[in-house]
Amino acid sequence: METMTMNAQHIEVNEEGYMKDPTQWTEEWAHEVAREYNITLTDKHLALLKWLREKHNEGVALNIRKVGKSGLVDVKEFYQLFPGGPLKISSRIAGIPKPVSCV
Amino acid sequence: MTETLETPVTAKAGATVKKDNDTVKKVIIICSKGTLEDVYAALIMANGALADGRDAKLFFTFFGLDAITKAKADHLHTATVGNPSFMPGMPTMIGGLPGFEAFASYMMQKQMDKMDIPHVTEFIEMIEAGGGEIYACKLAADMFKLKKEDFLPEVKDIITVADMYALADGEGSHFIFI
Repeated sequence: METMTMNAQHIEVNEEGYMKDPTQWTEEWAHEVAREYNITLTDKHLALLKWLREKHNEGVALNIRKVGKSGLVDVKEFYQLFPGGPLKISSRIAGIPKPVSCV
Repeated sequence: MTETLETPVTAKAGATVKKDNDTVKKVIIICSKGTLEDVYAALIMANGALADGRDAKLFFTFFGLDAITKAKADHLHTATVGNPSFMPGMPTMIGGLPGFEAFASYMMQKQMDKMDIPHVTEFIEMIEAGGGEIYACKLAADMFKLKKEDFLPEVKDIITVADMYALADGEGSHFIFI
């Protein structure tokens, strides 16, 4: 079992580093993982992460288009906030599973 | 040179983060068809590459130009004649009845709407917003007498074959032909 240790708390992650139990998520986790991608989280990032987590809890299958219609960012801003694959990176930071959508 | 994101494996993480963008860094997708399903294949692959942190360039040529022509982009059809996979068992003559192709295309688009797949123009906007580049083929544009203003605003330029090959400069570029 792969784990990340943060403040003596063991967080289970899958082979790609995605959190297995989204309830273990903390803002600290978000900052730590964002650093791996050279992203410094701003309030805008955090608001979006919160939105992603809420949608995930509601059982919504997320895709980039839906994020673009969230009212928080448009598609272009989303790519700018999380360069190099916005939804897969933001999902990992948000502690939710890797997206499976092809759109 | 393409910028790729390399996710470092943090020492304390213990988890290895897969680096999956080493082999395919950039895709150049050439779309020569104007049928709904072929155009969607090109758009989905381009958008999927961008969403995955890869670079994507789209080059539309011949009938593929319909996908980026203002007047046609959101009115593409699927072929109901000469397409054996379309409703197998249905006599070809039925597929040729007036209005049948439009109806079948409407039904297909409706199904795509249900699946949250955007229409062509919105899809192209998304691709551009994600950093993808969209080009029209010069020879085909000349042949169909199309000018820059006939194309969607996201079309970056009308380019030659040589320009198209130049888009592939750099390591890890791959061509996809539709």
